[in-house]
Amino acid sequence: MSEKERDEFTGVETTGHDWDGIKELNNPAPRWWLGVMIVTIIWAIGYSFVYPSWPTLSGDGERGGTTGNIGWTQYSELAESQAEILARRAAYLERFENASFTEIQQDPALYAFAQAGGASAFKDNCATCHGTGGTGGPGYPNLLDDDWLWGGTVDDIHETIRFGVRANHDETRFSEMPAFADIYADDEVADIADYVLSFSTDGAFPARGKELYDEQCSLCHADNGTGDRFQGAPNLADAIWFYGGNKTDLVAQIKRPKHGMMPNWNTRLDANTIRQLAIYVHALGGGETE
Amino acid sequence: MNMLAEKPNYNDEIVKLFTIATVFWGVTGFLVGVFIALQMAFPALNIGEYLTFGRLRPLHTSAVIFAFGGNALFATSYFAVQRTCRTRLWGDGWAKFTFWGYQFFIVLAALGYVTGVTQAKEYAEPEWYADLWLTFVWVAYLIVFLMTLKNRKEPHIYVANWFFLGFIVTVAVLHLVNNISIPVSIFGAKSYPLWGGVQAAMIQWWYGHNAVGFFLTAGFLGIMYYFVPKRAGRPVYSYRLSILHFWSLIFMYIWAGPHHLHYTALPDWAQTLGMTFSIMLWMPSWGGMINGMMTLSGAWHKLREDPVLKFMIISLAFYGMSTFEGPLMSIKAVNALSHYTDWTIGHVHSGALGWVAFISFGAIYHLVPVLWKRPGLYSLKLVNTHLWISTIGIVLYIAAMWVSGIMEGLMWRSYDALGFLEYSFVETVAAKHIPYLIRAFGGILFLSGSLIMVYNLIKTVRGDAAPEENLYPAEDAGETVHA
Repeated sequence: MSEKERDEFTGVETTGHDWDGIKELNNPAPRWWLGVMIVTIIWAIGYSFVYPSWPTLSGDGERGGTTGNIGWTQYSELAESQAEILARRAAYLERFENASFTEIQQDPALYAFAQAGGASAFKDNCATCHGTGGTGGPGYPNLLDDDWLWGGTVDDIHETIRFGVRANHDETRFSEMPAFADIYADDEVADIADYVLSFSTDGAFPARGKELYDEQCSLCHADNGTGDRFQGAPNLADAIWFYGGNKTDLVAQIKRPKHGMMPNWNTRLDANTIRQLAIYVHALGGGETE
Repeated sequence: MNMLAEKPNYNDEIVKLFTIATVFWGVTGFLVGVFIALQMAFPALNIGEYLTFGRLRPLHTSAVIFAFGGNALFATSYFAVQRTCRTRLWGDGWAKFTFWGYQFFIVLAALGYVTGVTQAKEYAEPEWYADLWLTFVWVAYLIVFLMTLKNRKEPHIYVANWFFLGFIVTVAVLHLVNNISIPVSIFGAKSYPLWGGVQAAMIQWWYGHNAVGFFLTAGFLGIMYYFVPKRAGRPVYSYRLSILHFWSLIFMYIWAGPHHLHYTALPDWAQTLGMTFSIMLWMPSWGGMINGMMTLSGAWHKLREDPVLKFMIISLAFYGMSTFEGPLMSIKAVNALSHYTDWTIGHVHSGALGWVAFISFGAIYHLVPVLWKRPGLYSLKLVNTHLWISTIGIVLYIAAMWVSGIMEGLMWRSYDALGFLEYSFVETVAAKHIPYLIRAFGGILFLSGSLIMVYNLIKTVRGDAAPEENLYPAEDAGETVHA
């Protein structure tokens, strides 16, 4: 049964093999197929002269490879494609670097440049916590309103971005509220919460709540609850709440306060990007001039 | 010439077991795929620790590649090697061990994934204890296959068996080298790889790429080389082409891995090598498609009547498309756009759904009536429905991924007039919502098709054949039928 036969349909001879009824025609490999394969091989050989493509002992190229005829490396390609982008920025960057915040805000071209750079950096770095629109969320401040924990001028914002809040930096913004669960009983804390809520709601409060508040809380948050930006003590009178504004939230925060943190961006972003961010955030809605 | 008299007592029981496992794991893998596709579109579906995308994703890839694909390869290779060697599969007990051992490996690996035990190497996630177990199973597989070849009653070794053997041997080498690691303790799951940094990355992608090359390409070409000529009833188009493309494929594929690491810490010269070998791999890959498709010359009319053959031919078309797309994507300039985007996911699925799954479906539809000695399939109409519903699903899937991949690639590199990045990462994620919905819908179609297959196969095995529909009873495909 191992005999060559001629296939009726194509007229091509078989190889004479037969496996479980499967036979093979003795067609040659298609010419175009072989041709294209040879072309790709020739192309590959040519390409490997032009580009770094073989390991060598001498180590001329990047980490021990050949260099190729045109001196290409992936780093040179990166530099080349970045050059155009950097050139676009360079048109403004020097002026931007030497201008004060006020000068930038008064120069429409520089201001547009700062806004564009700030928006771009914000989305990739800040939006993770503060949201793409800067609206924040529980534990993450809203940057669109005029309620600022550490001040809302461009300089204040600039400083907060550079050194962060409770970050690993000597000049970081730092505040810490004590855990009043260690100082007051639960019913006393509840009374304080009622008094704090009365700042923004004009609701009734027990006299003991005011008494205890004046004794302890007012030292940072002020008598009328307006807070103190110098110490980073939030305003409690404006119905804007960091960790929630119902009584349960307040009680939890008084007893065992949560303390968020923001990184010091001075080690992560360059100085110009941080200045662009300060201008961008300042312009989001709540920026202050003094 | 009385073939029946010469037929040995083939071990078809083991092929039955592997066929059942193929269908079971296939549906499981597709189902998990649909779920994680929906998780991408609706992140709220990440419920609890065990069902997050991060845990289910390796479950999906392993289920479809190693559980579905692996069992399909076991089933078809055990079936084809016996027939093309005209001898019973060597070692009944050994073969049984490969079945239960392999299923145990799958369950062991899957339990690891959902409980967070992983080496964090793509397609090589199982930890050392599962790897070690798989090594025993794989060696047994190699011994069974080699001994059957040794016992053959045919003077020559058929081309399908070259591909199966190439797949078994190379996967063994890849598995061993990529998984060399030192367990932290003999009682703990955790281990650390022997090498780190860029060396580890290079070895991982040498493994990863050749898992595609030898598991999903060479192995499934073995399936193609047996079942396409068998089903078409035609001789293989060119013996010489099969020799040329077998050896060139084996030689070229093993070098192409570095194209997974373009523009990384991998030295330039290694990246170039990966790219040039990928381009040279184009024609060796296409050799299999040409040989499969041209085998139909003289039998093209059968495509009109036989949806099982249609599955095989469409699979070859997808194979040709994705093995053209692969070299294209390995070109550095293209890769700079496509890398890390959904384009890669689309590329993988045109190969996995279009080629691997379709050639397996074709083989399963051919095998089941033969193995269970039925006159034919329960319904060829349902095979046709399965074919079209799944084809539409694949096309939706890969088109959606092309759109979202190229879109996000362009968004990532988009700078405004002042030289700042135009989009943030999260904006590119949000922009992909619609493609993600289309992708999930495509996946649902593909899954539905496979459920139609399950119904059809169960009816066939139960013997509920509807004979008037069956234009291709098993005996026409050259098999013995015991009425």
